[in-house]
Amino acid sequence: MTKSLVSKKRLKVFLLLPLWFGLLAWPLMGWADAGSLTLVLMVSGITGGFIYRFFPYGWFGSLFGTLPFYSDLWRKRFEGRIAKSLLFSACGLLFTILPFFLNNYYLDILNLAVLYALLAIGLNITVGYAGLLDLGYAAFYGIGAYTYALLSTGLGLSFWLGIPLGGVVAAFFGLILGVVTLRLRGDYLAIITLGFVQIMYLCLNNWDSVTQGPNGIMQIGRPALGGFVFRTPMDFYYLMLVFVVLTAVAIHRLMKSQIGRAWIAIREDETAAEAMGIDTTRIKILAFVLGAGIAGVAGVFFAARYTFISPESFTFLESVRILSMVVLGGMGSLPGAILGAFLLTILPEMLRGLANYRMLIFGIALVVMMIFRPQGLLGKKT
Amino acid sequence: MFLQQLINGLTLGSVYALVALGYTMVYGILGLINFAHGEIYMIGAYLGIIYMGLFTLAGLTESHLLLSLFLVFVLSALTCAGYGMTLERIAYRPLRSAHRLSPLISAIGMSIFLQNYVMLAQGSSDKVFPHILPADPITPGGFPMSKIQAFIIAASFLLMAGLHFFIRKTRLGKAMRATSQDKTMATLCGIPIDRIIAITFIIGSMLAAAAGVMVSIYYGVVNFSIGYVAGLKAFTAAVLGGIGNLPGAMLGGLILGLFESMGSAYISTEFKDGFAFLILILVLIFRPTGLLGEKGVDRV
Repeated sequence: MTKSLVSKKRLKVFLLLPLWFGLLAWPLMGWADAGSLTLVLMVSGITGGFIYRFFPYGWFGSLFGTLPFYSDLWRKRFEGRIAKSLLFSACGLLFTILPFFLNNYYLDILNLAVLYALLAIGLNITVGYAGLLDLGYAAFYGIGAYTYALLSTGLGLSFWLGIPLGGVVAAFFGLILGVVTLRLRGDYLAIITLGFVQIMYLCLNNWDSVTQGPNGIMQIGRPALGGFVFRTPMDFYYLMLVFVVLTAVAIHRLMKSQIGRAWIAIREDETAAEAMGIDTTRIKILAFVLGAGIAGVAGVFFAARYTFISPESFTFLESVRILSMVVLGGMGSLPGAILGAFLLTILPEMLRGLANYRMLIFGIALVVMMIFRPQGLLGKKT
Repeated sequence: MFLQQLINGLTLGSVYALVALGYTMVYGILGLINFAHGEIYMIGAYLGIIYMGLFTLAGLTESHLLLSLFLVFVLSALTCAGYGMTLERIAYRPLRSAHRLSPLISAIGMSIFLQNYVMLAQGSSDKVFPHILPADPITPGGFPMSKIQAFIIAASFLLMAGLHFFIRKTRLGKAMRATSQDKTMATLCGIPIDRIIAITFIIGSMLAAAAGVMVSIYYGVVNFSIGYVAGLKAFTAAVLGGIGNLPGAMLGGLILGLFESMGSAYISTEFKDGFAFLILILVLIFRPTGLLGEKGVDRV
């Protein structure tokens, strides 16, 4: 039995689809580029088709599917108590000794990854646990950073006071925003937070007398303990690591409490949760405020680490970046948020050669992720 | 001065209204905020410049200026319709039954993709519209309105009237209204909702393309990043008028445009972009249904 090599479906996928994309790209890219795009799509499509024939699990499964597949497998394997504690000790040991094997460049990236892990943990509460799409997360991050930066340069505020203060100020803004908006439907919240990050950026950028506008704030105080000043990337690494671990443990415990269960209940079905006697508005505001507070603390760390901040670090794009870490790791998974933060900090560094295509790939990856694995790498299927 | 600002506001407002219609139509049918709609508008603005440049090279603009303008609008609208349709097919249709957040995140991804795609294809510097139109303002009796402004306002109202007629009077419009009210019931009545949704995206994208071309003529420069802010503002306009409500989007767009030009003239130019978001937040706090959005109103 021989099948015809040319079928209607194949014609559509391998010929018409690339032609269609080429046609769309033609006015913007010109003849030559659009033509080569079409050819590239055809060739890669046909190559993919051949791989699909020879690999029983399909080319998508064998190429892109293995990572999620193994992560599922690993997750199941580590569900037991002993296995879990073993894994955590191994991770702990790795992260404790890792800085000794890295030069300053890699240590800096690692630092950034730990900072993003803190941000992702915070956003995971809002988006992952309570299911509130917060697109203005970078605004709270910025509020924390600017709070500490202004008080440190103006009043010489110590870092150790800056941490709670930055967190509280950011949480306060979160509270105001949450109280007025969380009564609304979910999508509206996304838009309001988006507007909020935009307004915050405009304020930081234009309110020159206080924030020094686009020039940013320089010479922010470093943290000091007794006579010891945290200066090198390694100092900061351990400082932040301790804080991230403490936060992660606290959140992990919180999720086992009544509040944590209430968040999950709201995410799964708000009406049902309300019927069970949960004060949904209050619980949602709590998730929002807690997330904002953690972002504020991360902002303080950021300001103290780089001793320079400017509005450019707290844009909508930064929000999206943190959000995609949570999405990639798996919404509602604490280890997932941390893994997502590490992957999305380290991978782009490795892809530096693709500089211009990075955001392009990033955008596509978000779409592909939502279509093929909406629960992320470590998230549970719902 | 005041009259001048009023006209500037109306011009800006009618552009916002055209883009807002796309948001509101998609939201009415899918309940989805199409974040990438602003990028379609941006692509429309680029296409306006590209096609106009092409016609100028071919010498068509010198002999037939109006014809070439008309062709630019039609071609840009058609190309953007292709983009809008493809966008829906790739990023939204597979997610129609997914969790609430999934299509929203996919929309953000698509928005980032389109923005960077245009940046790579066209470069990150500003693109300038070819100088072929007479730019001097006509002032009969001191009326401060340029030809371009008059054209933009008139064309926008014409397009909006056309859309209103299409939704109210044609069979396809009826099918769209039915789909937005109840998708299951519409399917049972034999309405091909997949096709209706695709058509909604096509119409929305064509309107956005028209708005984009108008803006590229009006301001004379475009940049790959204009779609994001303009999209947000248009969405604000849609919410202001009551999302899902077509006349609401038109009204919201005009009000927003007026607010913005008045605000930047009399309060502060630096916070020009802030007014829209301030309005958005205030509307959502005090009247989340928007100005015209009542329960039971037909949505498309």
